[in-house]
Amino acid sequence: MNRTLTAIAGVCLATTAAAQEVAPLDVSFDEYGAIAASLSGVPGDAAAGKEVMSERSIGNCVACHQVTALEATFQGNVGPSLDGAADRWDESQLRGIVANAKMTFPETVMPAFYKVNGYIRPGDAYTGKAGTEPLPPLLSAQQIEDVVAYLTTLKE
Amino acid sequence: MRTTGLLTAAIALVATGAVAQDDHQLVTNGDIEIVTEAPAPDYISGLRTIYSGWRFRDASLQEMQMDDFENPAIIAVDKAIVQWSTVDGTEGKSCASCHEDVEQSMLGVRAVYPKWNEDAGEVRTLAMQINDCRTENMGAEAWKYDGSDMTGAEALISMQSRGMPVNVAIDGPVADTWKQGEEMYYTRYGQLELSCASCHEENYDNYIRADHLSQGQINGFPAFRLKNDGLVQTHNRFKGCIRDTRAETYSPGSAEFVALELYVASRGNGLSVEAPSVRP
Repeated sequence: MNRTLTAIAGVCLATTAAAQEVAPLDVSFDEYGAIAASLSGVPGDAAAGKEVMSERSIGNCVACHQVTALEATFQGNVGPSLDGAADRWDESQLRGIVANAKMTFPETVMPAFYKVNGYIRPGDAYTGKAGTEPLPPLLSAQQIEDVVAYLTTLKE
Repeated sequence: MRTTGLLTAAIALVATGAVAQDDHQLVTNGDIEIVTEAPAPDYISGLRTIYSGWRFRDASLQEMQMDDFENPAIIAVDKAIVQWSTVDGTEGKSCASCHEDVEQSMLGVRAVYPKWNEDAGEVRTLAMQINDCRTENMGAEAWKYDGSDMTGAEALISMQSRGMPVNVAIDGPVADTWKQGEEMYYTRYGQLELSCASCHEENYDNYIRADHLSQGQINGFPAFRLKNDGLVQTHNRFKGCIRDTRAETYSPGSAEFVALELYVASRGNGLSVEAPSVRP
């Protein structure tokens, strides 16, 4: 009996978590490009976000941005330094910029990390072959929350 | 606070040993002066000055291109010299049968390609012209568009124009193709939504991790790329660049890449031909 209840509770939790994840096509940006609500419904993990930002195979944010607090080598300078990012932007603004920076800065060269369609000649990752929209987003909802959690620690 | 951030960034750049776009002079073999910096042509609104990719490379790589005994591309050129006089195909001809001395007949040719071919009614790249010669005049098999036979022949022919100004026509019968190339240059392809201009016009001289972004000029192509340990053709580089935007790319020799090559070549009008160059 007890076991059954626990199992049911588990199923409920899983369902709730899934229901709280906002799919890429359902994201709502405010008029300045910010996203108020969490994309995953689960609090971001700053340590995991640090990894996403540093690793070439994941977010590789340091390809274009310099972050003094990260140990990653050869940090790029195509985008602005992210030192002090949390002093300039609040959590909802940071989430909006990571998910789709073009909603905040229309002309930016920064790729959208939580967008799955509307591309010109969408490809299948880096194969050079055609991909089919909706594409998998560059980062998952949780990875974006993790990155946002890390960015909110960048205060000067 | 802001100053500290900038200072740190500057120190980080210095620490990597990278050079910013420099003012070095390129002279090949001690006597061929190469123009690596020129005023941008007036039809390029996004740039004031054009720079050869050589100017963005570190000093040791720059030196490799200054002496043909150090330039690894010359091995392919030596093979192409042999090929030039080798009979191939049903007509019993070699390149030399018609064009004789490559140093005389191909002088200045590379500087004006891609160009309009009146008889064929199309814009032709050097590779297209080489293959047309092979199939129509020699009765030989066409080479793979970006294969090593082709890049070697292109390098040999290009060398005869080294030091001459790139001077590709953009108007008259090529105008529509040029326009198509220009549109492609500014199209933001793939899941990363990057155009050629995103990196090579808006962000040249900046870094994507260790990659020092150049203006993407093609006056040095085919280029010996250390990463590939061989000559890389313009269309091959285009293919890789578009692939790296997470897009469905185009094929070497496609009409789209011919148009893009014409346009990108014209962005270098005023620089010297410096092929075969050496790149990382």
